[in-house]
Amino acid sequence: MPAIPLAKAPQPAATDPAQIRNFCIIAHIDHGKSTLADRMLGITEVVEQRNMRAQYLDRMDIERERGITIKSQAVRLPWRSGIDGKEYILNMIDTPGHVDFTYEVSRSLAACEGAILLVDCAQGIEAQTLANLYLAMENNLTIIPVLNKIDLPAAQPEKFAEELAKLIGCKPEDCLRVSGKTGDGVVELLDQIVELIPAPVGDANAPARALIFDSVYDTYRGVVTYVRVVDGHLSTRDQIQMFSTGVRHEMLEVGVISPEPVVSKGLGVGEVGYVITGVKDVRQSRVGDTITTYNHPAQTALAGYKDPKPMVFSGLFPLDGADYPLLREALDKLQLNDAALVFEPESSAALGFGFRCGFLGLLHMEIVRERLEREAGLSLISTAPSVVYRVFRDDGKEMVVTNPSEFPDGKIARVDEPIVRATVLAPAEFIGTIMELCQERRGTLLGMDYLSEDRVEIRYTLPLAEIVFDFFDQLKSRTKGYASLDYEPIGEAEGDLVKVDILLQGEHVDAFSAIVHKDKAYAYGVMMTSKLRELIPRQQFEVPIQAAIGSRIIARESIRAIRKDVLAKCYGGDISRKRKLLEKQKEGKKRMKMVGRVEVPQEAFIAALTTDADADKAKKAK
Amino acid sequence: MSGAAPLSFYIHIPYCVKRCGYCDFNTYTPGELKDGGTLAEVSGDYIDLLLREVDQAAREVPTAHPVPTIFFGGGTPTLMEPSDLGRVLTAIQTRFGFAPDIEITIEANPDTVTKEKLAALRAIGINRISFGMQSAVPHVLKVLDRTHNPENVAKATAWAREAGFEHISVDLIYGIPGESIKDWKESIDTALSLPIDHISAYALIVESGTKLANQVKRGEIVMPADDETADKYLLADQAFQAAGFEWYELSNWARPNGECRHNVAYWLGANWWGLGPGAHSHVNGKRWWNVKHPSTYRDRITADESPAQDSEVLSAEEKESERIMLAIRMPAGIDHSTLNLAVLNRLAPYVTSGALDANKWSAGSLVLTANGRLIADRIVREILL
Repeated sequence: MPAIPLAKAPQPAATDPAQIRNFCIIAHIDHGKSTLADRMLGITEVVEQRNMRAQYLDRMDIERERGITIKSQAVRLPWRSGIDGKEYILNMIDTPGHVDFTYEVSRSLAACEGAILLVDCAQGIEAQTLANLYLAMENNLTIIPVLNKIDLPAAQPEKFAEELAKLIGCKPEDCLRVSGKTGDGVVELLDQIVELIPAPVGDANAPARALIFDSVYDTYRGVVTYVRVVDGHLSTRDQIQMFSTGVRHEMLEVGVISPEPVVSKGLGVGEVGYVITGVKDVRQSRVGDTITTYNHPAQTALAGYKDPKPMVFSGLFPLDGADYPLLREALDKLQLNDAALVFEPESSAALGFGFRCGFLGLLHMEIVRERLEREAGLSLISTAPSVVYRVFRDDGKEMVVTNPSEFPDGKIARVDEPIVRATVLAPAEFIGTIMELCQERRGTLLGMDYLSEDRVEIRYTLPLAEIVFDFFDQLKSRTKGYASLDYEPIGEAEGDLVKVDILLQGEHVDAFSAIVHKDKAYAYGVMMTSKLRELIPRQQFEVPIQAAIGSRIIARESIRAIRKDVLAKCYGGDISRKRKLLEKQKEGKKRMKMVGRVEVPQEAFIAALTTDADADKAKKAK
Repeated sequence: MSGAAPLSFYIHIPYCVKRCGYCDFNTYTPGELKDGGTLAEVSGDYIDLLLREVDQAAREVPTAHPVPTIFFGGGTPTLMEPSDLGRVLTAIQTRFGFAPDIEITIEANPDTVTKEKLAALRAIGINRISFGMQSAVPHVLKVLDRTHNPENVAKATAWAREAGFEHISVDLIYGIPGESIKDWKESIDTALSLPIDHISAYALIVESGTKLANQVKRGEIVMPADDETADKYLLADQAFQAAGFEWYELSNWARPNGECRHNVAYWLGANWWGLGPGAHSHVNGKRWWNVKHPSTYRDRITADESPAQDSEVLSAEEKESERIMLAIRMPAGIDHSTLNLAVLNRLAPYVTSGALDANKWSAGSLVLTANGRLIADRIVREILL
């Protein structure tokens, strides 16, 4: 029997590191990671058959629906090897799968000695998986290549085994073949984890050092911090200290996840588990930070800690101005569980009071917005996402601009913008299309490699701003959904950038200002002015709509004055009807925003801030 | 309820031979009436019900004043036998008395009247007649689903004049899909050539639920642009004025003393009682409306119950809203003294833009110019919202 009853398995704080294997699974969103994890929980019998549910480890609703895991967790799986018959503890550390969470992924990887590279053998490897694979290889992790979904009729295990072998430098026959769905090959995989992945190594007698690889806010318990002990020992009696902040905390509880929390006396070298300290905010227990004990502190932190750095900014405004306090409350609450989310109050002449929010990337932004709308019941309007610009003025002063409306008006010497290295994986037939798109978006080709006969990896540097502006949607639609994308920030570069303002009857509409490349300013101006001309109803006066760079007008449209706004008939029965209509219009008037003397319905703002891709998504959702 | 003021009567005849595509009035064709029977059979019984509602009115609103105006509307009132309509008039006269200068109007379809019928209508005391002309252009009438031959209007108005009607009016509709400016001009000129002293001209409204609304929704018919319809209004206003018809309400023009006093009563917030299914009434700040379907109406009346479906008592604020939205449609306009300073400030730009008459404004009242009438609802919102 390969499974070991929990009570008889090696116990936390009393497990020889030689019996421990720490691993994670690197996989693309729909390549079957959660199904494989479910299968492992079942085979190791840590979850009884009757309690099993799909995607067991992805607890949040929002994760379950989108099929992605945002926050990782670690599960302790006891296992008796079929090869040597000995008892082992396998710690499976779940990793987030998206480009926005690269740093979190890197910390999860740092907690492991090995990684399963899981690839759907009907689809092949995707760009983000490749990026995470490279990350794992940089961390010197042992890679076990695994082809999943071998039960599918469209499976091509030979083809993709070649691809994986080429990528990691092994032989095609070294790739394991499993089906998370049927369970085929999973027992063998568990045995191979024991065989191939090295046991953790650490100094049990040194001062304690544990890596925080995840930190989750729980309403009842406060922050639950997931750690991997590198040296020494953590126990309930300890007072602990965070390296980055120096703050001391009481240790209220130590335990392991199996996969429900199980309290233990402590955690020893190489072990993975959780600690609870009563901290109420994940920013006090940050991913990548090192925990040590207060009484017997270590001298140096584990390497690799970084403050989360927001890369994309957007204004979030409540549709109903009265919801502003609710929005603040909801953001405060989200921040308890999201150290990367930053926000500060912002007021817009057009949209009222809201918050300027910073996110790790577009997905992070979407998730935050969705959670605010879903969990707090808010209706929000968001401004177009912006990256962080560094503006150098003629007078030598430097300023950081995250909101186009704050872009300085005076003389500007230089503007720097964030640059990313982007990797696109796609069938070779789309090379031309992809290069065309990247050129349009100011990309510079870094190189191209064939992964197999008909699949290529194309590398570009691109301004992040271009990625933020519907790049992914364009990539998907131009490659029929076959291309995948990954990118990582690599620094800043000077850009020939200008701010385009939109004016309604000479009044500047802050929500529509954008920082764009000089060559695209005209197109943006024309697009925005004609869009607004369609969206804004005719007013008492002619309303000019202009796009301007500084004082130079680059595009102009106008809304002609309204000429007819009257119902011709008004007899006996019409009088009540007309008065009631008037009362209804009173409500509509409340939702009008005034830009100078121009009445703009809120719907017009929303529609103008929605990209065509958003609109398509909304349509499909219906 | 006591009524110190005079009470006018509106009498609804909810029957038509056929329903026109643009019409959302409370009217029924014989085929739509489940109780079956021809209109001739229905007619007598229906009039009996109206008489019983007159009795209800007499109990509800005892007034010392004689009735100043009566209006037969529909539907197609001329489908009824003149003698039957006469029974209603007699009942009202018996209960309330008639003012010596009483105005009694009937709406008429120029296709279904005959010389004899007009004479009979005049004989029962009806002294004003309003013909549904709509347009003088056959292809435009077709879009409206109207059956009549444009020449019938000339005949009908001439007969009406012969029969001795004191006031004759025609209704026109403009802004109809497919109607050119030239078509509209032809309708205007034709109307002005008739022996009439009153014209109503309405921009076509696409009422939801009508055949026309469905055709527009399906894209089979495209409504003309508002700007073109606005041009047509200005064209009509100029032509009517040049021919001696002054505007006395946004969509109504008359020669001196040709105004429809019954409609003016609506706009001045006077009291009236609407008889028949779906008819609206207003007495001293209370508005109510009857159940819509003729058979429900019949059940109520037969059971000696009020046919009112619902009612509302107007608050001071609602009365003020109504005053503004009605008064602004007439040339006397609204006196500045009844508006507050903030409102006047908001309205000042409309004087500059030519929507409000500058001379009248200086003299202390708010009166719409022809261009202003076209945006009357917007100005009302500016005042009230």
